Amino acid sequence: MEKKFLKGNEAVAEAAILAGCRFFAGYPITPQNEIPEYMARRMPQVGGVFLQGESETASVCMVYGAAAMGKLAMTSSSGPGISLKAEGISTLAGAQLPAVIVNVMRGGPGLGTIQAAQSDYLHATKAMGHGGFRVLVLAPSTVQEAIDLTYKAFGLAVKYQNPAVVLMDGWIGSMMEPVTLPEAKEPVKNAYTGWGTRYYNPSGTDVDVVTSCLLEPDRQELLNIHFGEMYETWARDEVMAEEYMLGDAEYVIVAYGTAARAARTAIGSLREKGVKAGMLRPISLYPFPYDALKRLDKSRVRCILDTEMTLPVQMKDDIRLGVTDAIPVHSCGRSGGVVLTNEDIEDALLRIIEEEGK
Amino acid sequence: MDALYERPKSLTNRATAYCPGCLHGVATRLIAELIDELDARADTVAVLPVGCGTLGMFHFNTDIVVSPHGRTPAVATGVKRSAPEKLVFSYQGDGDLAAIGLAEIMHAANRGENFTVIFINNGTYGMTGGQMAPTTLVGQKSTTTPEGRNPAETGYPMMMCEILSQLRAPRYIARFSLDCPANVIQAKKGLRKSFELQRAGKGFTFVELLSNCPTNWGLSPLECLEWMRENTMKAFPLGVFRDRED
Ligand SMILES: Cc1ncc(C[n+]2csc(CCOP(=O)(O)OP(=O)(O)O)c2C)c(N)n1
Ligand code: SF4
Ligand SMILES: [Mg+2]
Repeated sequence: MEKKFLKGNEAVAEAAILAGCRFFAGYPITPQNEIPEYMARRMPQVGGVFLQGESETASVCMVYGAAAMGKLAMTSSSGPGISLKAEGISTLAGAQLPAVIVNVMRGGPGLGTIQAAQSDYLHATKAMGHGGFRVLVLAPSTVQEAIDLTYKAFGLAVKYQNPAVVLMDGWIGSMMEPVTLPEAKEPVKNAYTGWGTRYYNPSGTDVDVVTSCLLEPDRQELLNIHFGEMYETWARDEVMAEEYMLGDAEYVIVAYGTAARAARTAIGSLREKGVKAGMLRPISLYPFPYDALKRLDKSRVRCILDTEMTLPVQMKDDIRLGVTDAIPVHSCGRSGGVVLTNEDIEDALLRIIEEEGK
Repeated sequence: MDALYERPKSLTNRATAYCPGCLHGVATRLIAELIDELDARADTVAVLPVGCGTLGMFHFNTDIVVSPHGRTPAVATGVKRSAPEKLVFSYQGDGDLAAIGLAEIMHAANRGENFTVIFINNGTYGMTGGQMAPTTLVGQKSTTTPEGRNPAETGYPMMMCEILSQLRAPRYIARFSLDCPANVIQAKKGLRKSFELQRAGKGFTFVELLSNCPTNWGLSPLECLEWMRENTMKAFPLGVFRDRED
């Protein structure tokens, strides 16, 4: 186990290589540029392929071509580029191919700002492209976790033959922390198990037909039903969340990524003031940890504070699905790249408590 | 007894999915014959576009990867870079290659990617019902140029061989026509040359094939061929535009 001091973006790139990724294509956009730059240096050293595509659209399609050949492949970008990747991500999902997409989020919509934000929760968890497919979405809150989750994302992508997304914000991407690297996996050729061959060339024994185009409505429906069943499997087997000081908590902050770091500090000072605050930190955003919210003791928890680096907040509907209106859900956040501080969170919660007392 | 003529092994055993008289069928067969002749069936990846060329999914008895519309050269780039030992070709219509996928074809050509692009120029969007393509001729009617293509509004046909010839990297660029047996034989020679150059690792090769679309041109298959000679082939001169020695 090697210890290193790494920047988030570079850590993600190295984790991908350790997971066996040998193909990367990307296009420059702040705040993720260190990922393609690191890959440009590192891929040739491990016999992999680095390509700077002519656009995000092209880059994700290069990844699609590589995945079709059985390579573990990755691309990365930020908001505006992720919009352009929608076509390719939908194609990967429809063709049942694994790949990892990293979104180092900045302030949106449109070009927005280049500073760190959490603008793309809804895009990542509900519809990364057309057609009603889902991707696994993992959200790190430390550089170590960025490594562990990127490594894991490849495993999940292969297990389910589906794209997986690492959703982090510009803070995680640009901060440096001491980390332990996981062991290097030997790159393996991923066999194609999508449904194209059986429909287009049923007698072809030695060929693959990699396609997201099944043409016939009844075949497409069967595949869509299969996808639905797979998403239910994820909800059962792949949910990840951290529960922090929830044992006696009367006020529960729900936050992920960098927002959860600010929340952790806020909880410390709130507790010093006698406020029993705790946190539920979703690590998998899709599948979302609804059950952890359902398990909250409704007779004790007075309210939930959805805390995000985006306004209006985007996770609130999912939180409300978890608590089914049995607990009031408030929200607080900053957006557009304005820094969310622990004081912002503390003040928001103290104001809510004051309102309650009136 | 020796067979004089048989179905190439690189084609599946089924009736054509293209319309009667469509030269997509000729192009598909030529490619399959060549793959057989090069004994490359098990080592070939066909990267198919969105358009009538997608129907190649039913026909090529090789590995196939179907691209999103126009991204075909980007997908082929991912395929070839991941599996350099494979014989890789993209098969693209004029909407796919010269409209939505213009960035992808220019940059794959400019990188000198070591695969072959086969470009089917039929002057129309066949699959979606005959709309104007970047290659539609001046004055040619389409469902979105009902009075004929007017260059004042929609510009002129895009000459992809000539445009790509401005780049340094491509190794071979040529235009052929599928209108008659003599030209089909020439086209096959150009395709063979491209595949052989690719196998020798020589870089980007591009073969444009002038084709037809009986269904959307509203002409019989035979009338189409005549129309090609009178119109398409006059606007798009045949020939080799690039044959660079290293
Ligand atoms: C992103 C996207 N836009 C539009 C379409 C619809 N579409 C399907 S085929 C096609 C045109 C194909 O024309 P061409 O490339 O010339 O091929 P042909 O059918 O003439 O061989 C279009 C626009 C699509 N499938 N995807
Ligand atoms: S629509 Fe036109 S291009 Fe497409 S298969 Fe029919 S004739 Fe050929
Ligand atoms: Mg066309």
